[in-house]
Amino acid sequence: MIAQIRHVLPLTTIHRERILPIPGKVLVRKGQRVITTDTVAETRLTPEHLLLDVARGLRLYGDRADKAIQCRPGDKVAEGDVLAGPAGLTKRTIRSPRNGRVILTGGGQILIEVENPPFELRAGYPGTVTELLDDQGAIIESTGALIQGVWGNGRIDFGLLFVLANSPGEILQSSQLDVSLRGSIALAGHCQNGEALKAAGDLPLRGLILSSMDVSVVPVALRMRYPIVLIEGFGHIPMNSAAYKLLSTNGQREVAINAEQWTPLTGVRPEIFIPLPAADSLPRPPDTDEFSAGQQVHVFRAPYAGKIGKIVELLPGMNALTNGLSTQAALVEMESGETVLIPLANLEVLE
Amino acid sequence: MTVSRINAESLLAIDVGGVTTRAMLFDDVDGRYRFLGVGTAPTTINAPYKDVAEGVRRALERLQEITGRELIGADERLIIPSTLDGSGVDTVAATISAGPPLKVLVIGLLEDISVESARHLATTTYTRVVESIGLNDRRKTEVRLDAILRLRPDLVLAAGGTEGGASQSILRLLEAVGLANYLLPGDQKMEVLFVGNQSIKEEVKDAIGRLGPLHFAPNVRPLLEGEQLGPAQVSLAAIARQIRSQHHRGVEDLNSYSMGGLLPTATAFGRVIRFLSKIYDADKGVLGVDIGASATTIAMAFSGQLWQGVYPEYGLGRGLVELPEHCKMSDVMRWLHLDIPDGYVREVLYTKALYPSSVPATLEDLAIEQALARQMLQLAMKRMLEVLPEKNGFVKFGLTPGFEPVVASGSVLTRAPNHAQSLLTLLDGLQPVGITTLVMDQNHLAPALGAAAAVNPVLAAQVLESSTFLNLGTVISPVGEGRPGTPALRVRVTYASGGEASLDVKEGSLELVHLPLGQKAQLQLQPLHRYDIGMGGPGRGGSLRVVGGVFGLVIDARGRPLILPQDAGKRREMIGKWRWTLGC
Repeated sequence: MIAQIRHVLPLTTIHRERILPIPGKVLVRKGQRVITTDTVAETRLTPEHLLLDVARGLRLYGDRADKAIQCRPGDKVAEGDVLAGPAGLTKRTIRSPRNGRVILTGGGQILIEVENPPFELRAGYPGTVTELLDDQGAIIESTGALIQGVWGNGRIDFGLLFVLANSPGEILQSSQLDVSLRGSIALAGHCQNGEALKAAGDLPLRGLILSSMDVSVVPVALRMRYPIVLIEGFGHIPMNSAAYKLLSTNGQREVAINAEQWTPLTGVRPEIFIPLPAADSLPRPPDTDEFSAGQQVHVFRAPYAGKIGKIVELLPGMNALTNGLSTQAALVEMESGETVLIPLANLEVLE
Repeated sequence: MTVSRINAESLLAIDVGGVTTRAMLFDDVDGRYRFLGVGTAPTTINAPYKDVAEGVRRALERLQEITGRELIGADERLIIPSTLDGSGVDTVAATISAGPPLKVLVIGLLEDISVESARHLATTTYTRVVESIGLNDRRKTEVRLDAILRLRPDLVLAAGGTEGGASQSILRLLEAVGLANYLLPGDQKMEVLFVGNQSIKEEVKDAIGRLGPLHFAPNVRPLLEGEQLGPAQVSLAAIARQIRSQHHRGVEDLNSYSMGGLLPTATAFGRVIRFLSKIYDADKGVLGVDIGASATTIAMAFSGQLWQGVYPEYGLGRGLVELPEHCKMSDVMRWLHLDIPDGYVREVLYTKALYPSSVPATLEDLAIEQALARQMLQLAMKRMLEVLPEKNGFVKFGLTPGFEPVVASGSVLTRAPNHAQSLLTLLDGLQPVGITTLVMDQNHLAPALGAAAAVNPVLAAQVLESSTFLNLGTVISPVGEGRPGTPALRVRVTYASGGEASLDVKEGSLELVHLPLGQKAQLQLQPLHRYDIGMGGPGRGGSLRVVGGVFGLVIDARGRPLILPQDAGKRREMIGKWRWTLGC
């Protein structure tokens, strides 16, 4: 059976496509070194247009209105520039209300795209641009430690990692967030209220890595201007031991935190990347796998959510769970030494 | 020896669902078409595969193992047509529901007339209406243009104007669409389906035809009163397929295998429900419900006329986090038989949205998923009934119309630990009225048969006639206004095998009457205290022949609509009794 994969790797090569949501302009070149916050490409995500009615403004109709238009598609115009006219005894004119570019003229109308700041696509990872994707973005390659999460609030940043959590399930308290953390990325456990997130924003932190969060905190997390990544998910779930160990042993290192929303269709998921030098070229981690005995797996649903174990045996056919459901399942030896039956649908291979 | 009455052609049906891809094989057995087996695999539309073909290949491999028939050739392609050694298949039918719903912009003149009809049309397949523009929309054209460019709809459904009616106002509304398509790059232009006043087709072509792909389908509102969605629905399904082919790898191959007949799963499901409505009781309709990860689909058909709603927002997948926008959490919590904190229910909702293919592994998680299924059914039925013209007396009281039968599908039902849990989920979620038969499509065959009907109608009809669906039981739900404990219905059962049974059913109760699966019986029903069981009005009864289902006869006199106690403890106690009665 196809297995989902989650990467928690101390040293690997990553290869990340950074793509604009709609075509735009690529700003980097092949071979260029980039840092997390560099802009890779830009586009106009939220264009603003003005449609000027020349015919009505000049009280000219049919071809006469079009003949009075003085600009052409592609022309850059500044606020106050005359776009059409003068016409009539009073020499009426149509002026550009804003700075922009003429897109279209005709039918007695002028369409202008207003100049506004473009959407900038950040590199998200420090590394080297290995490939350019026409009008869309670039591929960035880098080596380092990779820890994937399940939820992010859409922001990206980088900074020094500060380990706040003394244990994988520790609850984050506002009082833990003092000025010494300003500008760093904090590793914490569980967040159960929005106050702690607001306190982190007030410092401000450059990022927050959490094990889990109460659902009620989601609206606050989405409003925060710094990236927040959940490694496990929702409810009080202590961070899996592999991710906690890797993160907590990398305190004071510079880390990139990419809190993009998990989009299964594209494969983009929130993750933490710790750039590390590698003497030799490292293979890229596999994206696909099949379940098999001996694999290290991570459980993401109750009653073992957030726990890690090893597949002892893949059971044939359908197997009854304690709640009566029948499903494909495996016997998994948990870190505690206990061997339990877990549906394959609730497991992901950790590699 | 049985002589074959059909010119037998084997058929492979492939359904690419949001979570699971199924490959189903049908062939001639003793002169009649039969369902031979199903192979399943995870759907691979998402990364890292980003190609539905991988999931299809794995489902076919599984089907090969189960049936022993070779389906994939040495060239890794499907063997079509079948060969003399019995390998391969003769025809393929395919359906798809995987992938995000299409983003749709609806345009019309009046909000509650043509805009509403365009919305109704959109809900007949997997779409999400992201914007609507109508005459009452006071925004300037450029503001509408910017909204369109920001939202990037895949498709525009433009309605408006009765036949020969309004024209200029529609063209003005289309101005922003034309401008947007002018500005969008070639491969991102929106498909436009014009379903308004057909007398202005040429003007619409002149205005926006050269700026992007434009399609026409018959007016969804030819007259002010009454909607006509059917013909436009066919065009919409075809465009939706085309868009999915452009967005997702492997979809076009699937379409080629099925000779261009790939259908949205919901469309194929609706086709089966419509077909059944021509066979069954003309006074009643046929209801089909499918609760999937991608959407909850409701199909209601009356004498061949279909009403259909596809609601991605009520699916049990990624859309779950948006549930609080559609109902209160207490609406979900009320269906729980266990004492589970509100916060934990929300956590399960979010977790399931992150991992739609995960399964509940605890009693609590299972109870929550079944509670969600009930609530999704309630929400979807409510939306569907808003569209449905009044069909019989029950509708005017805010209840569902009478149906015979109700066909239910979806993993949350078919993979429940026992059939009793499926039955209670359906009874609570749908709250059927009068007399109906609940059947379950355990292998998710209905969409396959709907798609198959286009290439092999005999096969579809014969498989439907066979015991394809599991009969859960005949359900009798009297509707009245008595207090709990009021006698509502007198039932006398005369078994075909001999013997009789009788009972009086009281308001508030849920009763099972023994009638083994497949056995026939004559029922004599006498509503009491002017209760209505759909046999001609309040207090009217009669006799009818029934066939036993898994649960024999189910008398659901718990009240319509079903009102649960406010007190959580009492409510759980009551649900616990119902579960005990059914053997959940």
